[in-house]
Amino acid sequence: MEPLVTLTSRLAVIPDADIDTDIIFPARFLLLTVKKGLGRYAFHDKRRVGGVEIAGFPLAPGAADPARILITGPNFGCGSSREQAVWALHDLGVRVILAASFGEIFRSNCFKSGVLPIILPQADLDRLLAAGTLTVDLAHQRIEAPGVTPLTFEIEDWRREALLNGWDDVLILLKTQGDAIASFEAGRRAEAPWLFTTTL
Amino acid sequence: MHASPRTLYDKLWSSHVVQDEGDGVCVIYVDRHLLHEVSTPQAFEGLRAKGLPVRRPESHLAVVDHAIPTRNRGGPIDDPQAAAQIALLEANCREFGIDLIPVQDVRQGIVHVIGPELGFTEPGITLVCGDSHTATHGAFGALAFGIGASECESVMATNVLRQTRAKTLLVRVTGGFAPAVGAKDLILTIIGRLGGSGAVGYAIEYAGPAIAAMSMAERMTVCNMTIEAGSRTGLVAPDETTFAWLEGRPFAPRGADWDRAIAGWRALPSDPGAVFDRTLEIDASALAPQVTWGSSPDQVAAIGDRVPDPAAQGSEAAQQKATRAIDYMGLTVGGALEGIAIDKVFIGSCTNSRIEDLRAAARIAEGRHVASGVGAIVVPGSGQVKRQAEAEGLDRIFLAAGFEWREPGCSLCVAMNDDRLQPGERCASTSNRNFEGRQGPGARTHLMSPAMAAAAAVTGRLTDVRKLAT
Repeated sequence: MEPLVTLTSRLAVIPDADIDTDIIFPARFLLLTVKKGLGRYAFHDKRRVGGVEIAGFPLAPGAADPARILITGPNFGCGSSREQAVWALHDLGVRVILAASFGEIFRSNCFKSGVLPIILPQADLDRLLAAGTLTVDLAHQRIEAPGVTPLTFEIEDWRREALLNGWDDVLILLKTQGDAIASFEAGRRAEAPWLFTTTL
Repeated sequence: MHASPRTLYDKLWSSHVVQDEGDGVCVIYVDRHLLHEVSTPQAFEGLRAKGLPVRRPESHLAVVDHAIPTRNRGGPIDDPQAAAQIALLEANCREFGIDLIPVQDVRQGIVHVIGPELGFTEPGITLVCGDSHTATHGAFGALAFGIGASECESVMATNVLRQTRAKTLLVRVTGGFAPAVGAKDLILTIIGRLGGSGAVGYAIEYAGPAIAAMSMAERMTVCNMTIEAGSRTGLVAPDETTFAWLEGRPFAPRGADWDRAIAGWRALPSDPGAVFDRTLEIDASALAPQVTWGSSPDQVAAIGDRVPDPAAQGSEAAQQKATRAIDYMGLTVGGALEGIAIDKVFIGSCTNSRIEDLRAAARIAEGRHVASGVGAIVVPGSGQVKRQAEAEGLDRIFLAAGFEWREPGCSLCVAMNDDRLQPGERCASTSNRNFEGRQGPGARTHLMSPAMAAAAAVTGRLTDVRKLAT
């Protein structure tokens, strides 16, 4: 996973509340079995009216200098668990998303692809909107913008460390939890042996 | 013995902690994982890239449901992308040693229907799936939640996930349902009260006399839509209804194992005096049939209500959302919901495709006919549901009434296969999401119960089913 330490970028703003993952990545494109190159499907239907692309949509594929920080409305990424929503945004260059709240599964998915979802009160987000450009400093959990008092944000320690270092979740779990898993599993096998067989 | 009373969620959580890292963050053991074709190709690719095996193949079970056509089962799949995705799941399961229910098998069906049906779902376990409606399995008192593809990879490689413990929300339901009102009306009401993100960070336990009186199918309908209020986990305490439903199913423990299992399951319900972080009380007897008017499941009202005025929607964000939704849905502020003409009817999905749902719809359809110009499909949740329905003659009732009788799959709930609405078409649907474009670009979805959808089919309009029920 690509590490994220600090990032300075211009802002993309999509202010709608409750943007679900069906809007971010319409279901019919889920038939694709790849992970890369999905940016062209991000907001596919929201970027169009009557099949015609809306000029100047804040996040669109092929931008020469894409916005890498998105500010959006509350409950962003609610709905379906499809990780394609994150892969598509990442493919467009988005590495930081700021909102008052996120869909839980979407938020969790972000961290797996090196995308940082930041939760801030709506009043703080509204102040940042005018800035145009932001700097996000993950190590110090700080956001700076021209003309705005620096803000801090919360993030779980383990998720911050993984993002800063670009760690892969699966490899870290195997490396650090291998013995604990084996030990727990032995106990589980003793108490519920039927869970350790298949009858299909 | 534990000193303080604990909730069902507390017990499920603490019995699966592999490592407690403090601040509520724990490495949690995952007992079982259900796979489907859409959320796993990239997970298998991740394993392959890292050279990792599936740690415990018997803890996983795979089935095809999202992309599969619901017509012409057994014939070639017309859409080459869907055919390739299904073939890829078959190849991945062969390579990594995971059991896959074949497409032609009577046990094939929607992942959240077949898991319980096979007894793969049981009380006291942790169960995950790359699908947000995994809370369905919480109806059995299992800690079940939806995950992304990367977490599917993690579960296959390690059988653990690092998770943050949720707060707890008790939804206590008292009173008895009025005739023709039930589980779907209840969960839509709950989502409306909580709001689409109202339960983010919480695990919900549904309890109270009205829940205790429910069948397993009804409990699954309730738990299924928990995610539409923002929570990944919806639970019902296991009881005699649960045990009677599970006994003898293929994956359920047998003999001495069954006795041992049941003794453990009886200790799972929340202790008297257990403290929840929040409580919501609902009186089931006050509920009328519900129907969504907007493009989010929390935009819901009783069938006798009118399209609300956005100005009355509270926050500015909610007002804007309501305005956008009413525009998208092609409705008029203040217009009656009852009587809105529909084009299509969908009876199916992991929310409402079980035999009880089909019976409820068939009771309304029997002796009536789908209205002129309306297309209506019934998609059973699994091959076993379909077979049972046919044994009861429900297929003949639906066919005589002008409904199409299809093969099992997710179908028009997610519109990934060839079941898709045209732009602007309006659908009475028993599914779980009325998001913009959910049933096809520009499609308009009204969520409701199976009986309400059947009533809409035969009248061609959103209809109060109580006026048809006899």
